[in-house]
Parts: sequence; C-alpha cells; structure tokens
Amino acid sequence: MSAMSSNWDRRSILRAAAGLSAAGALTACGGNNGRSGGAGSGVNLTQYFHAYGEAGTEQAIKKYAKAYAKANVTTQWITSADFESKLFATLLTKNAPDLFEFHPQIQMIKSGQVADLTDIIEPVKADFNPADIKSHTVDGKIYGVRMIDDPQFFFYRKSMLEKAKVEVPTTLDELMEAAAKLTTGKVKGLYMGDDLHSVISPMIWSAGADTLNEKNEIAYHTDGVVEGIKKMRKLFTSGDLLLGAPTASWDPSSLNQGLCAIQFCGMWAMPAIQAALGDDWGVFPFPKTIDSGKPSVYNGGWSMFVNAKSENIEAAKEYVKWLWIDQKQYQEEWATSFGFHIPPRASLAQSATKLKSGNAAEGVKLFNEFGHFDNIGWTQAMITALEDVFANSVRQNMDPEAALDKADTAVNRELKKLFG
Amino acid sequence: MSTTNTRDLARPAPAKASPAKPRRGLRGSPTFNFWLFTGPFLIGLAIFVYAPILWSLWLSFFEARFTVTPDKFVGFDNYTYMLTNDDFVGSLGTFTAFAAFIVPTTWALSLGLALLVNRLRFMRAFFRSVFFLPTACSYVAASLIWKMSIFSGVRFGLMNTVLDWFGIDNIAWLVDPNPPWYWVVIVSARLWLQSGFYMILFIAALQNIPGELYEAAAIDGAKPGWQTFRYITLPQLRATSTAVVLLLLVAAYQAFDEFFNLLSKTTWGRPPLVELYYKALGESQDYGAGSAGAVILTVLICAVTLLQGKFMGFGRGEESK
Repeated sequence: MSAMSSNWDRRSILRAAAGLSAAGALTACGGNNGRSGGAGSGVNLTQYFHAYGEAGTEQAIKKYAKAYAKANVTTQWITSADFESKLFATLLTKNAPDLFEFHPQIQMIKSGQVADLTDIIEPVKADFNPADIKSHTVDGKIYGVRMIDDPQFFFYRKSMLEKAKVEVPTTLDELMEAAAKLTTGKVKGLYMGDDLHSVISPMIWSAGADTLNEKNEIAYHTDGVVEGIKKMRKLFTSGDLLLGAPTASWDPSSLNQGLCAIQFCGMWAMPAIQAALGDDWGVFPFPKTIDSGKPSVYNGGWSMFVNAKSENIEAAKEYVKWLWIDQKQYQEEWATSFGFHIPPRASLAQSATKLKSGNAAEGVKLFNEFGHFDNIGWTQAMITALEDVFANSVRQNMDPEAALDKADTAVNRELKKLFG
Repeated sequence: MSTTNTRDLARPAPAKASPAKPRRGLRGSPTFNFWLFTGPFLIGLAIFVYAPILWSLWLSFFEARFTVTPDKFVGFDNYTYMLTNDDFVGSLGTFTAFAAFIVPTTWALSLGLALLVNRLRFMRAFFRSVFFLPTACSYVAASLIWKMSIFSGVRFGLMNTVLDWFGIDNIAWLVDPNPPWYWVVIVSARLWLQSGFYMILFIAALQNIPGELYEAAAIDGAKPGWQTFRYITLPQLRATSTAVVLLLLVAAYQAFDEFFNLLSKTTWGRPPLVELYYKALGESQDYGAGSAGAVILTVLICAVTLLQGKFMGFGRGEESK
C-alpha cells in the first residue's frame, strides 16, 4: 500500500508540475496588448514607454493620453532593463504598439519599422534643436519627434570633495586620483554603474575619437581609446568604484544615500538630488580621456516613433502631432515637472524657468558646450559590440586591441548590411 | 472482499454496455476516444512546439534580420557563422563546465536530503514541505533576492556583512569576474531552487524499496550504513537516478533565468540559451543565426540524451529493477 501511494505521489507531482508549467505558458500568452475594451471614439492606439524613475511620470503620460479625444490611447509602461528587447520583439508581431518612444536608429528605418513623420514636423522644424532634427533624418525624411533631451554627466558631493581636498577632475587621470582619495571605509569614490555602459561613448569622445565618422566608418578604434580602456580597467580594479549597488546608475539613490562621492547620471536626476542633498552637489562633464582630448557629454533623450506596420498609422501620427507638437503645456510639464529634461524646442527651452538657475543652468551649459547627440547610423548591434569591449577589457582582462578588433568585425558586419 | 465490491461498483457501466450495444456509435469508438483525449494536447503540441521548431529550422537557412518571414536564402551560412562564433562555441564550453558540476552536485544533495528526510520519525511532512517549497519559487524572484540582498556588492549585503565580521573586504560578487565569484551565486541559487523537487522524486523511490530487502541483507550480515546504502539502496534507486540525471542535464542545458538576471550584460558566464537570446531575440534581432544556433543546440541535447540513455539504460529501468 505504501508503495502504491508513493507511486501515486510521484505521478501526481509530475502531473501537477506539468499542469502548472502549461498554465504558466498559457497565462504568459494572454497578456494585455491594450486593444481590449475600446470604447468611445473607435480608434484604439497602444503606446510603449520605458519606466521613467520619477514619481508621477506614468500618471502624466496616461493623463495626456486620456485628454486626447480622437482615439483611445493605452499605455504600456515597461521596465527599462527590458525595454529594448521587448520593443524589438513585439515590433515583429501583430501585438506591436502603434507608437513608441525610442532613440533614432537607422536599422528601424531600413527595415521599414518606423513611419515617416516629415509632414507633421516640417511646419515646426525651425523651432526644434537642429541637432535633434539631424539625428532623426535619413535621406531628407524625418522619422521621429524628439520629446526630451537628456544630457549625462558626473554629479559630485561638494562637501566630500572639499573634505578630501580634491578638485573637480578635468582629466581621466585626475578622476581616478579623486576616486582613490574619496574612498573611505563607508563611501566609495565613484559610481558609474556595474556594467559601465553609460560612460562608453563619453570616454570615446573625450579621447578625441567618435563612434562612426561622417562616411559611416569605424572611428572608435584609435590609440587614445585603447589608452582610455586601459585607464578604465585600472579604475575598475582599483577598489575605488562602487560595484554591486542596489540601484542602477540612472537612479541617483547611490549618491543621495552617501554610498559614493561621485556618480555618473543624467540631467533627469537633478530634482531628486536637490531634494536629498540640498545644495551640496555639482556637475562636471566626462573629463579628457587623454591630454589631447576634450571633455564630453552624451546628449541622450527620447523620441516618439510611429510603427510603420500599424493599422492606424494616420491616427497614431495625429496623436503624436497633437501631444508632442501642439500641446506645449504638456510638453513643458513633461520636461520639467518630474525629472529635468531639456525641451528640444527652442520656444519651450526659453520659457523653462526651472532650467535657468543653479546646477540646472550648468547642466544646460554642458549640454550646449560639450554635448554629442545620437548618430542615427550607430545602431543597437554596434552599441552592444562596444559594450562587449568594456565587458571584456575593463571588467575582464582582455587586451583592448583584441577586444576592439572583435568589435570591428561585428560593427563592420552591421555597417555592411545597413550601408552596403 | 470489500475491495472487489467497490471495484465492481466503481465501473459497472462500460463492462456491460459495450456488448449490449452492437451499433458502435461515434462515442463508443476507441479511435474517437483516443483522439478526443489526445487531440487537444496534440494540437497544442503541434502549434506551440512543433510548428516553432520547424519554423526555426526553416529560418536557419535564411537571412532573417528584423523579420520572421524572410526571403533571402543563404544555405548554411548561418550555421558556419554560429559554429565559428567564439561567443556561441564558448557558451557551449561554459555550459559543459556548468553541467559537469551542477548535475552531480544537485543529484548528491537531493539524494542526501531524501535519505535524511526519509529517516525522520517525526515532522517528516514538515521537513519534506520545507525542502520542497523553494521549487515553487520563481527563478527570477530568487535571482533578485540573491542579487539584491544576499550577494549584493555593497557593504551591507548579507554575505559581505558576514565576511566583514572576519575582517574580509567587500566582494563585488556579480560585477567583477576575477576571481569568478559569480559561480558561487549561481550554483547556490540553483541548488536551493532545484534540490527539493528531486528530493521528492528520491523519497518516492526510497519508499518503493521493499523492506524485505533490507531484512534479508541484515540477516546475510550486511552492516547498516554505508554497506547497505552502497549495495541495496543505490542499485534500487537506479531508475530514479537515471531519470533525475537526465532531467538535471536537460535543465542545465536550458539554464536561462538565473544567468540572464544575475549576469545581465556580461560576456562571460553565458549558457547557450542566453547567448542565443542576445543573438536572436535581444537587440540584434538576427533570427537566422539565432535559429541556426537553436538547431545546433537541439541536435546536441538529443545526442547527449540518447547517449546517456544508452549508457545508463533509461527506459529499461523499471524491468531491470
């Protein structure tokens, strides 16, 4: 009898396990694609946003959507770590969003995934930052509407630097020294994220190089960059970097909670830092990687795109035009009421009083003086290739030349597919 | 006597009904019943398992970037690309090292737990549940707990706090790959998640071993403990052990969740599925190359499983016992 019951146990457990996994798979298939329950106006639109960290952002985006009368706009708010992969994967399916925010990348245009938005931008083109128009233009057509510009730089605790008698670093060597001097038992000198991804491009620009040149050829493989990678490796192994922190580097919590003295972050974090640290903070650009280089700032940001395969392209375009071109009040609120972002439109940037004083004004100055905008030809696969270089040569001990050669292969494969 | 009665009562209808009805309606047809019961499952299997496998086989011969309906046939290019791709081949190596360690370790740990729990005289159900519970925990949730609280790199992470008592410096467990502490994190998470389930399988098998065998062995002079375990228990568990090793091996091949969550954005410690994910589904969207890799991996899994079955006699287990 005991034998029988244990047999039964085993089988039922296996069966239950199989049942559970099947049920799991089924529920995973369901999901909310945002197309259900469309009442009222008839047209249903779905938009994808990555999860902004600041309180109130999700409500704001949903508020704007609700205020639009001509269509039902549903928002999917996606964890930022999963955003690219989820977006890229769903764009291939019927569940793809009708409109989404992303960065300008040419492969989406070459593969016909994003719609031409020239006609809605053209009338107000002059009001946009020319660099933002340029970064969204391919063969004279404009493919996305910039919502916000987000310069990224270092934030530091003034009091900690004063106490350690450290000047604001102007070269990568000085930054390394500062990190060492600022590191104490409880505080690490510097935080740039665990994977160091956000400093890759600034490090390249500050070494006097670029990701791609004008002719869309590799421009990052220079002696200066190799030297920079070696310095980053030294920094990574120095014990002065904050590693394995609870929050990613886009979140200013590590700086705010005193885990580090300097953190690489973005303009958006300013209100949160101000609230936590008062006036005890300042900003500086990514310093010169090598002596012949120049400080740099990555002018990131987010733009709205319309899915070219959507059944409601026109409705989606109309919504983008309504919200991100016509509704200036919402645009200003979006840029300055939660995190700080620089409005890409001159008319708004001029009236954004919150960005006119203190560190915010300094951030705008760095944006104008040292900023590098997105290069539309620099695509995700290439970004990943350089991320691998950092993983291999900074976090691991691979020879930078070898790692860059490997990246060259990947980037050239991609360039060949895109530009022939 | 009473048992016979209940059995007769339990299923009287089919025994009498079928001969009484010469006209075999559709509902009586065994073929219909067969399809009725297996049909829905087979349809599901075909749509969700076989169709994607065939589709991916088809995709692997095309240049499929940013599309799953490609038209540019490239022959075996994707296969050449994947097989000469250091990352993919390296990930097969990573997997082999991982499997070679995790399979025997999980096997030993779950067998040990089963032996312990099986010998308990009281609170057996309690301990059985306690060890089984982690199985119900999601890999992602466990990874997050491991990453954020136990093996967090900052000074107040659990492990770093413990190390601090002994005056050892903080370790960035998951961030710095030299030395490769990340394996400690991954192996401990996986052992915690998996051992309980296989322990239950072993307990079931242990309870299936007839007591007479042990009695006979004792009469013949076998000492309790190692001798009995080595010559009675272990051979009796052969069928279950084979199944457990097979399941563990497949699970190791399919390792994804905890690697993906614990080692995001690294170039090391990537098992094949994570590598393929980044290749095909992640940001490069190269479905052709990804599918080619998936086919290579499938062929490998099949080959290893068949080989293992041949050596350990999977499927013959019940009779040979």
